[in-house]
Amino acid sequence: MQTTEETLRGLFARMVGDEKHMWAAASTLNAIWVLYDRVLNISPDNIDDPDRDRFFLSKGHGPMAYYAMLAAKGFIAPETLDTWTQLGSPLGLHPDRVLVPGVEISSGSLGHGIPLGVGTALALRAERRRARVVVLIGDGELDEGSNNEAIAIAGRLGLDRLTTIVIDNRSASLGWPDGIAKRFEVEGWRADTVDGRDHDELYRALTQAPDGRPQAVVAEIRKIGEGSAA
Amino acid sequence: MSTQVDRKLMRSVFVDTVIESLATDEKLVLLTADISSWSFDEARATYPDRVINVGIREQAMIGMAGGFALNGFRPVVHTYTPFLVERPFEQIKLDLGHQDVGAVLVSIGGSYDDLARGRTHQAPGDVALFDTLPGWTVHVPGHEDEAEKLMRDALSGDGRIYLRLSDKANREAAPVLNGFTVLRRGTAGVVVAVGPVLDDVLAATSTADVTVLYAATIRPFDHAGLRAAVADARANVVVVEPYLRGTSAHEVAEALADVPHRLRSHGVRRDEEVRAYGKAADHDRLHGLDAEGLARSISQFIR
Repeated sequence: MQTTEETLRGLFARMVGDEKHMWAAASTLNAIWVLYDRVLNISPDNIDDPDRDRFFLSKGHGPMAYYAMLAAKGFIAPETLDTWTQLGSPLGLHPDRVLVPGVEISSGSLGHGIPLGVGTALALRAERRRARVVVLIGDGELDEGSNNEAIAIAGRLGLDRLTTIVIDNRSASLGWPDGIAKRFEVEGWRADTVDGRDHDELYRALTQAPDGRPQAVVAEIRKIGEGSAA
Repeated sequence: MSTQVDRKLMRSVFVDTVIESLATDEKLVLLTADISSWSFDEARATYPDRVINVGIREQAMIGMAGGFALNGFRPVVHTYTPFLVERPFEQIKLDLGHQDVGAVLVSIGGSYDDLARGRTHQAPGDVALFDTLPGWTVHVPGHEDEAEKLMRDALSGDGRIYLRLSDKANREAAPVLNGFTVLRRGTAGVVVAVGPVLDDVLAATSTADVTVLYAATIRPFDHAGLRAAVADARANVVVVEPYLRGTSAHEVAEALADVPHRLRSHGVRRDEEVRAYGKAADHDRLHGLDAEGLARSISQFIR
């Protein structure tokens, strides 16, 4: 069952107190929405199934959209959102896989998601599984050297079950003069650039047939304001 | 007539053990970053999905190990000490520890095995760095046979293991136990030798009335073993470690928290960077880790 905007807004609104990262949370919402509603084979019923798809929120900053989706899909109770960041709550400003059902990696420090994703994609390949690994990063996070190491490795090894979504809200301090897609293409990835708030564009980009290359989807987000997340 | 015994470097033991284990353990994965990768060319051709050389990309290598471990594999990660521990330290902290997964990290180079390359290839602070992270077992074998035993145990487990291999090795292997092995008993003090410093410690204390403890596994630290040894001797404790001086001082303090004691730490100097080339034996002298230097220091300390 697809998640309604009204449901997500209601869940999202239960978490207050991280105004610094409201922008980040809002910018990831649509990609996460499309992934969990229409793309990934993930549910509370297959949380331990090795053939489930994996979603890694590498940019752990602003995880409200992620938590809201996990609540919408039944991984966590909606009431848990009310405890966000409080002592004893499983929900912090950065997600912890040990504490939150459905969270695949603990994140927050930037530059860890793609290497973990490459290792996971290789593990799945070694066992001849066809599950997908989708890593979501930010354009600023792309600065991290560890990500660039992993991008090179994934391209050389042809990890076509690995997808990296780059939320491009132009937060990289020095920018990407040749464009973010180019950065991936030179390392052997297929790269598509889409409107990060257009669900159909996101869906089409995220459901292309594998072609032997890892895939990058650059989701451009421009001028997001409070209340315009969805 | 003496019998010539062929010795293998610990590094060779590591290579042989991993190659053998890859054939029998389908969950075993080896990640290298160019260093030693040529030793696994055949294994990489045989097991292309499980033997991966990432190039000179150590941060991603640790992250990839975390990814494999998240999916039930047993990753072995190997390169030179500074590039295995110091450069990707945050990845060790987060991609293994914080993800709550295990791996076997195998370093070569020790503190100063390759002196001609200078400071860039020395990492005497490696064990101290692991001390800042919970849940790590640290092995410092002093002999290739110890290294093989520790390696096999590490491969079959699921914990977070750091195996510190060195060119320097003792003449004979000691028993590989979880705690300290008592090699000598005395009354004037207790000397703890870690891994490849044992021969020098035994030579330095050959005429001293001290208990000599040996460990090839230094984390977890054998608090009970040290307390038992100190109960039977004066509480003059000397710790000789082949890495940063004083690395285990906090463990001794904790083990003997309610026992008045004195401690002298030997190891690689932390007060200055030794800018010198030469041979490992030269640096043993510069750091006071040679038998003569240790004998002088220990005899003065327990007097």
